This record gives sequence, C-alpha cells and structure tokens, in this order.
Amino acid sequence: MIVADRKPLKEILEMLDGCNRVLIVGCKGCVSVCNVGGSKEVGILASILKIAGKKNGLDIEVDEKTLERQCDPEYVDQIKDVVADYDVILSMACGVGPQFLSERYPENRCLPAVNTTFFGGAVQHGIWEERCAGCGTCGIHHFGGLCPIARCSKSLLNGPCGGSADGKCEISKDVDCIWDMIVKKAMEQGRLDDLLKFKPAKNWSTARDGGPRTSVREELVQ
Amino acid sequence: MSELKSGSNLEKVLKAGHFAFTGECGPPKGANVEHLKEKIEPLKGMVDAVNVTDNQTAVVRMSSWAASTIMCQEGVEPNFQMVCRDRNRLAIQADILGVYAMGIRNMLCLSGDHQRFGNHPESKNVYDIDSMQLIALVKKMRDEGKFLNGEEIDVPPRLFIGAAANPFSDPFEFRVYRLAKKIDAGADFIQTQCIYNMDRFKEFIKQAVDMGLYEKCYILAGVTPMKSVGMALYMAKQVPGMDVPESLIKRLRGAGKGKAGEEGIRFALEQIEEFKEMEGVAGVHLMAIEWEHKVPEIAERAGVLPRPTV
Ligand code: SF4
Ligand code: SF4
Repeated sequence: MIVADRKPLKEILEMLDGCNRVLIVGCKGCVSVCNVGGSKEVGILASILKIAGKKNGLDIEVDEKTLERQCDPEYVDQIKDVVADYDVILSMACGVGPQFLSERYPENRCLPAVNTTFFGGAVQHGIWEERCAGCGTCGIHHFGGLCPIARCSKSLLNGPCGGSADGKCEISKDVDCIWDMIVKKAMEQGRLDDLLKFKPAKNWSTARDGGPRTSVREELVQ
Repeated sequence: MSELKSGSNLEKVLKAGHFAFTGECGPPKGANVEHLKEKIEPLKGMVDAVNVTDNQTAVVRMSSWAASTIMCQEGVEPNFQMVCRDRNRLAIQADILGVYAMGIRNMLCLSGDHQRFGNHPESKNVYDIDSMQLIALVKKMRDEGKFLNGEEIDVPPRLFIGAAANPFSDPFEFRVYRLAKKIDAGADFIQTQCIYNMDRFKEFIKQAVDMGLYEKCYILAGVTPMKSVGMALYMAKQVPGMDVPESLIKRLRGAGKGKAGEEGIRFALEQIEEFKEMEGVAGVHLMAIEWEHKVPEIAERAGVLPRPTV
C-alpha cells in the first residue's frame, strides 16, 4: 500500500490560515489501512481543528467526508454538490487524492493534510516499512525476492557496499542492510552464483526518471 | 597483464614487480590552491601515485578532477577517485573523458559514502550506476572505445582502473566474492579499507590467493596510522565497516601521554613489513589522513625509498 504520515498540526494550521469553511476528505484506501487518513483520522483532525480554532478565537467550520477512494473520478464526484460551500478541501489521502480533487474541482483550493512517504507494508502493528520504489521494471527475482532499489540506501545492484556491518546499513543502526539479507538468503538457498553475476546498469527510463508515467490498458479503454 | 593499459606510473611500477606505495590527499574545503600544493609537497617522490578523494565522507570539497589536475602540474601522479553518489552516467562519462584529456591516468571507482554522513544531508543521491558498473564502464570506454550506450568514442580514455575492497564489512564470507566480481568487471588494482585486524585480513587475502585473484589484479593493503587514542576509538565505534581490535587501542593507550601517535606509526610500520612478505599483497596504500607531512618519515622508516623509476 501507499504509506503516509499526517502533517504536523502547525503546518496544517498555517495552510488553513484565513479559511473559515473546511471540508476534510478522507479515503478508505491505503491511508485508511495505515491509519492516517480514514474516517477515524478525519474525525480526529476535525476535532483538533475545531479546538485549535476556538483557542485562537477563529470562526472555523469543519465538516468531514470519507470517500471510498480519492484516486478514482467516480468517487471524487460524490462531493460535487457540496464543494461550493467550502473555502478549502483538505485531503487526507496520499498525494494522489488532493490532485484528483484539484483537477475535478478547479474552483476550490485543495490541500494535502498528509506527507506521502512510500510503498510498503506493516511489519508489525504500528510500524510500516518501505518495500518498493515503483521503478517500472521489477527485477527482484534476481535478488531472492528482495528489492535493493527501494531498500538499499544506494540502490546498489551489485552490493553490498563496504559500509554494511552486522546486518545494518551504514546510514544508521536502525536501518537493515538489505544486501546482507540478499547475500545470506542466497547462501542459505545455495544460490550464491546468482549474485556473482554482474548486474549491468539499470534502465531507469521506466522509473520516474523517464518523466511522468501513464499506464494504458487497451481492453479497458472505452 | 602483457602490454600497458594506461601507461601510468603506478601501472608500470606494479607491472615491473615492485612493491607499490601509494598515498592519499583530500582536496581543500575551498578553492585554496596554495593549501592543496602544501599538502601535495611532502608526497613528492615518496609514493607512486596519490589518491585524490572525491567529496569524501560526503563533504563538499574542491572537485577531485580539478585537484588531480593541479597534482599533475605539481609533478605528482594522481589516482583520481570518483564516487557514484554525485553524478549520473552522463556526468560520469564526461568526467572520465575530461580527466584523461587533462593527463590523468589512474582512476579509483567507488560507490561513495551516503550523503547522510556529510554536510549536505538534504541532497538527492544519484546512484544511477554502482561502483561495479562504474568499473565495467571505464573498462568498456578504454578497451572497446565505446560509451555505455554503445556509441563510438573519438579517442578513448586509457585509464588504469582501481577499485576498493573492504575485508572488514559484512557478510565476511561474501567479501572475497565481491572482490572477484570487481576484478571480473575490470579492476586492474584494488586498494583495501584501512586494515587494523591483521588476522581477519590474512584470512581474506588467503581466500583471494586460493581463488587466484592476485594473479589477475594487484591488491594494495590499506594502512592508516592512528594519530591518537581518540581517533582509534572514533574509528572503532563510529565508522561502519571498520574493524579496530581492542588490543590496538590498549597498545596506543599504553604508549602514554603524547606518545600514541608514534605508537600508531610503529604499528603501521610493523604492518607494512608484514605486507611486504605477504603472498597476494602487491603494495601498500597509505592513507595518512590530514597527516600528509608525516608521509616522508613513514616512507623512510618503512624502507620503501627511493621509489622506483620505471
Ligand atoms: S525492482 Fe522496482 S518494481 Fe520491483 S520492488 Fe524494486 S522498486 Fe519496486
Ligand atoms: S550498507 Fe547495505 S543497504 Fe546500506 S548502502 Fe551499503 S549495501 Fe546498501
């Protein structure tokens, strides 16, 4: 899923400066699963904003709405009858949400309430870790099913670098060295030969480096 | 290793079978050419080539190619270092052509420390290619006369290709294989991380010898004399992939106040003596960090002077 963190309240309040009518829009997709932008979090942020408004003597009216998804025009449409009532639409979806809202409702100001961080999953309750960088050409079968592009701090394809120590990455003792895992797994499975093969320079044109990407599924296009 | 690949002094010294002795110099944090020349001066005639670091520890300094060029003008042969952190493949290839055009003949290919350590931790890291791919790229440019995309190069750069090896990082069992991979990719010579744990290094070099790697590539053992107990403690605790045995720290402490530096040099000299006799070791890479002026004394006491002229 796409993982995000809520922006600090101070930053959200600064963005909302001068706004009186705010619609907070949550999303039942990834951000719900990672407990940052579902209906529960929308409710919490609404209460916080109301309290903050009162404390600062501001006249802020805050409403809530959580959509099935914000990355789909069909659901984004569902607020079309109410958006005109608000100065601001504050999206709690990943970075995609506020953009779909901005494009659908060009008259409104649509702001992000979260920082979208990565594609990952929950490794335990309350802890999410990055797993994929969306490079557009998945090659993890060369690395025992582990991704060095997203998970090695230097995206090395012929690792590990000389900074790998005790299974940790040179950047921090809190970060696992994925290359340590890749090597150990290959050794355990008796597949070390795979890692001895030279991996040539990657073609990054399928990644963000090739410019913004579009995916067309002909059979679905009407 | 029949005909010369680059014609660099370092290549000739190694090829002639001499025990090589290389040094290191970090460019200044500024455009202070005088300061750079001061650091180069004591290295003259003491070493076969001098590594010129490239934004080492991710701290911005005068570019390694510019400092290498100044070094050439000073009559000292540089070993131009390049890290993959700061340039994409376009800039890398352009700089390779540029340094060759400026008379540089040795190049050390590195991944580079992550910028998190440095003085611009907010920067974007490039890592378009990694150190292994950089080695293969330089070899392709030199031996095939082609860019990475296969286009012909009008006057290919003829560089002596170096790479690093760290026998002390993990997983230890894989380190010799990674060395082999670098040699297969095109490394002509290897400079190792600073060695303090001699037992572990011996184990590593024995593996390299058993695999016949030393016959395909020259391996230079990395030596950095400890200047103080503080430096040893810092290296032991703060530098990932550095192995400083407790016994060395004890020995430096035991030397008494103000004498740890001399004890550090003595330890380095003992190491060099061992390396001279060690099968698989073709020379020493002396990284006297911010201690360039000590190099003549160390070279003299190590008995590696005069340097061969080939
Ligand atoms: S190789 Fe690319 S697509 Fe596959 S997991 Fe890594 S970043 Fe994602
Ligand atoms: S320590 Fe491991 S994860 Fe970190 S940069 Fe080096 S190889 Fe990559």
